[in-house]
Amino acid sequence: MLSKRIIPCLDVRAGKTTKGVKFKNNIDIGDPVEMARLYYEAGADEIVFYDITASHEDREIMIDVVERVAKTVFIPFSVGGGIRGVDDMRRVLLAGAEKVSVNTAAVKDPHIIAKGAEVFGSQCIVLGMDAKHVGKKKNTPSGYEIVINGGRTYTGIDAVEWAKESESLGAGEICLNSIDSDGIRDGYELKLTALIAENVGLPVIASGGAGKPKHLYDVLTKGKADAALIASMVHYGTYTISQIKSYLDDFGVKIRKTW
Amino acid sequence: MIAIIDYHAGNLTSVARAVTHLDYKCVVTHSHEQIEAADRIIFPGVGAAGSAMESLKRLGLDTTIKAMFLVGKPILGICLGTQIIMGHSEENNTRCLGFVDGNVRAFPSKMPSANEICLKIPHMGWNRIQILHDHPIFSGVNENDEFYFVHSFYPEPGKKEHILGVTDYGISFPSVVGFDNIIATQFHLEKSGRSGLNMLKNFCAWQPC
Repeated sequence: MLSKRIIPCLDVRAGKTTKGVKFKNNIDIGDPVEMARLYYEAGADEIVFYDITASHEDREIMIDVVERVAKTVFIPFSVGGGIRGVDDMRRVLLAGAEKVSVNTAAVKDPHIIAKGAEVFGSQCIVLGMDAKHVGKKKNTPSGYEIVINGGRTYTGIDAVEWAKESESLGAGEICLNSIDSDGIRDGYELKLTALIAENVGLPVIASGGAGKPKHLYDVLTKGKADAALIASMVHYGTYTISQIKSYLDDFGVKIRKTW
Repeated sequence: MIAIIDYHAGNLTSVARAVTHLDYKCVVTHSHEQIEAADRIIFPGVGAAGSAMESLKRLGLDTTIKAMFLVGKPILGICLGTQIIMGHSEENNTRCLGFVDGNVRAFPSKMPSANEICLKIPHMGWNRIQILHDHPIFSGVNENDEFYFVHSFYPEPGKKEHILGVTDYGISFPSVVGFDNIIATQFHLEKSGRSGLNMLKNFCAWQPC
């Protein structure tokens, strides 16, 4: 059977890995190429990069980062942030990424998902979703609303409806980030994750809130996620991927044991 | 020199990077001359069987690769390449190259899973292989080794002895296929970490008898 995937996430700004809390107060914490190599060798099952910069120059730096990562990392990795169309996708994929993730751009123009899937295949297209608990309202029956622009803008779109729509458009996977739990290391949003996982036939990567191995256990079992994104808990050396995997293995979660 | 066949079926740069990382020389090509001059051939691919076969025929590569197969050059199929070497694919009802007798089948829909959600298709992520017949490509492979899969279809050789390894995902399906000078994996050796690189290296050094 498939193993549950443990995926370190690197936010990259101007060629440096950075980390913030609830998308704010970012500080630089290292070289993404070197960090990716170390995580690859430490047993990461996949790596996610988010380019959180906006300028044209920084985008060139990101492509260079992807090319250098691809020379030393032989597991899948995805790149998100600032992907606005098929041309951006092509550049990132040719630089060596396995997948691209679209978030804000897909909300603004959902057809970017369909176009990407048509040209590169669904397996390449990850829908990144930032969701926030807003309570059940008329246009958000699930109680969770999609937010964009790094959590700053509410869209009025229901998270479950958006997940279903992305699947019908051809997304191959969903990376679900809870804005409420992001960066505070108090556990993933289990209810939201399970809700999305039950409503789509796509693999769901849970993101936001990992602070200890038990949080991963919870989201991969009760949360029904296929994979779990981690950041702070490994970036600062609090845990190694190996420690997290041993914990999960002890509690019966199937993980990849050799690397 | 290893020829990585370029037939416009997905991004082949990652296969080339992995081969280069192992210190073997390779070229991503659809040139008949380069393919004929190569010592061995890697036949990768991502995408759908129908358009892949169309591209192969349009580029005239179906006959070139077949000729290389018949003269005994080592050939490695990866993912879609593994499906294209079979006789027929259920994907787009496609007649394939037919080097290996058998069909390519779709995973059954609605296969049950442990957490009450049906197993997701494509089969995407890390999974193990169970080796049924020994082969030089398996040298150094550990029973816990896992490999990266992304696929909705799988090869089903007509002859049992051509199934060298199987993988469980709702059903047990052939994940390593081969005989004579051809070996093919449904998973991505180039994206399977050290375990994948080990098998890729085994292929690069393999001398079929």
